[in-house]
Amino acid sequence: MAWQWFHRLGSPKWFYEKTTAWMPWLLSISLLIIISVSIWALGFAPMDAKQGNSYRIMYLHVPTSIVAMAAYYVMAIAGGIGIIWKMKLSNMVMKVAAPIGAVLTALALFTGAVWGKPTWGTYWVWDARITSVLILLFLYLGVIALQEAFSDQEMADKASAILSLVGTVNIPIIYKSVDWWFTLHQPASIKMTSSSIASEMLYPLLAMIIGFYLFFTWALLSATRSEILQREIKTKWVKQALLQKA
Amino acid sequence: MSSSLHSSNPTVGKAFWATLKRDLKIAIRHRGELANPLIFFLLVITMVPLGVSPSPKTLAMLAPGMLWVVALLATLLSLDALFRSDFDDGTLEQLLLSPQSSYINVMAKVFVHWLTTGVPLTLVAPLLGVMMSLPEAGYIPLLLSLLLGTGSLSLIGAIGAALTVSLRKGGLLLSLIVMPLYVPVLIFGASGVRAAIEGFAYNTQLAVLGSFLALAIIAAPLAIAGALKMSVNN
Amino acid sequence: MANSKDQQALAISLDNIACQRDERQLFSGLSIEINAGDVLQLLGPNGAGKTTLLRCLVSLSQPAVGEIRFNGQALHQNLYAYRSQLLYLGHLAGIKSTLSPAENLRWYAGLEGDDVNLEERIETALKEVGLYGYEDQSCFNLSAGQQRRVALARLYLSKARIWVLDEPLTAIDKAGIAKLERRFAEHSASGGIVILSTHQDLKLDTLKQVDLQDYLPTPDMLMGGL
Repeated sequence: MAWQWFHRLGSPKWFYEKTTAWMPWLLSISLLIIISVSIWALGFAPMDAKQGNSYRIMYLHVPTSIVAMAAYYVMAIAGGIGIIWKMKLSNMVMKVAAPIGAVLTALALFTGAVWGKPTWGTYWVWDARITSVLILLFLYLGVIALQEAFSDQEMADKASAILSLVGTVNIPIIYKSVDWWFTLHQPASIKMTSSSIASEMLYPLLAMIIGFYLFFTWALLSATRSEILQREIKTKWVKQALLQKA
Repeated sequence: MSSSLHSSNPTVGKAFWATLKRDLKIAIRHRGELANPLIFFLLVITMVPLGVSPSPKTLAMLAPGMLWVVALLATLLSLDALFRSDFDDGTLEQLLLSPQSSYINVMAKVFVHWLTTGVPLTLVAPLLGVMMSLPEAGYIPLLLSLLLGTGSLSLIGAIGAALTVSLRKGGLLLSLIVMPLYVPVLIFGASGVRAAIEGFAYNTQLAVLGSFLALAIIAAPLAIAGALKMSVNN
Repeated sequence: MANSKDQQALAISLDNIACQRDERQLFSGLSIEINAGDVLQLLGPNGAGKTTLLRCLVSLSQPAVGEIRFNGQALHQNLYAYRSQLLYLGHLAGIKSTLSPAENLRWYAGLEGDDVNLEERIETALKEVGLYGYEDQSCFNLSAGQQRRVALARLYLSKARIWVLDEPLTAIDKAGIAKLERRFAEHSASGGIVILSTHQDLKLDTLKQVDLQDYLPTPDMLMGGL
């Protein structure tokens, strides 16, 4: 039936066995892209007319920001599926997506600050985008804290799923509000450089974004896999899988 | 099968009133606790001139934001108690077992929370505005924005209260998960007051606060009911 | 007197139920049919899963395996009809100590949406459980046994036909227990259902007993093996 794949996907065992083969590929391809674009960006990319060399951090900042946002939706959608179809696997994906997303968000903030120093002369400005990313980090921390607070795994899963869904409804509202707030308070001295980006800078950036998505997928899968082993430790197949590894 | 029939059932209104009356009665018998968020509001506002500067000019500049931030914090502090005693004495599970949709009973509880927290905070805010040298043009928008905004604060906050009610020490966690969700309400609430002081129209901000409230009335009780079901299921 | 609603069939069926708590299997393979007029007593040592089963029966929890049906339909498909007939007395009494017994009962009647002759019925119910004269005291002034009686007064007030009672006889004196037994018999005779857990011996003609120890999971299931 059409639903069969869906239910099979929900089986942690099937998922674990299926993804085993993908893991090395995902990791090596994503690292290959990230490392080669980094070398190119640091060594060969032309200097920006206005920002000099400092703009090069963009190759880290933009991909982490984008993937950090996407990770929230991955988390919320997984949580929603977990609530509606009571799928164990999807709860595990939700749980492990939160810390990965939080790390990416923190990285986006950090690279943004490093970029901000030479550009604006200060590490922190209350720019609309930075503020939104900061609030995204708070949303992640809330989900993680809630997940940690429950001793019962099933309750923890339901609670964080509800919170991430509420967050999903809120994120567009928060982003729009912060944008609107910023247009009111925008100080004249800070101007965002929104000039169109040269194509020789754009393509590596796109490649880097793909590289980060692949790396995120790898991180998500490998964290899910270890979560599977932890939660299903009592079952026979996990014992066998662990024996094979050893 | 017959859910459409039951939605027009007159007992829906009765259940709402029963819970509303019950919670109001309890709130009135614990009047002392009702004053706590207000005293907190007053105390923090008193700290501002002591910590920043007593100059009326500085205070006037801070007033819209400070009044809104502190009203938000006072609401947060009151939220932990929203479902706590019902959870402890078992009336929460009885409420969820009522044949009426939990939406109705949850709305009744949150409505009482707003009546006993949001409305009093709104009413004392102008007094505190005087202490903060709030310019004259700011009083009406402060009242209106708080009246609309505290409704959303109660509804959104109740989601956090429902999620943490089964945790013994939910208080701080509750603030942690709810505060980021309060950002849009704060932005538009404070900005409405500021716009009025600066002589601009503030009806955009009020309209946005109104639409936040409408959205919260539709969506929040579903999340609250789901979270409460999770919390009693252990 | 009986209107059409009272004549409606009542049937709860448990189909191969297994429950777990904190990842531990409590019992499994439990199948019972409960029909109008039945009084079902759950037996089993502490921790056997009586409370868990009762919570599943009122749909506060879900069984790990199996399905509970009400009049042939799964509970979640028939929730309004089921809950309109349901009275649950849990481990927690469900009594607000700030309020008086009468006020507590008024809230329950409000949830049921039933306010015909309400004050009179509340008075009768409180008389039946021996709390007449206390109706306007705050419940925190009452003893543990008296607070329990406030909750039990619901058995005389509610029109619900399915009673699910978790240890209703704790903290109740002998005379009170005898009285409740008569109430159960009345309810069963009028076509209601009583499902309760208690260690007391009940003297009722329509009594059915289920001992959860007979449904202990097999060792293989305890290992969580698949």
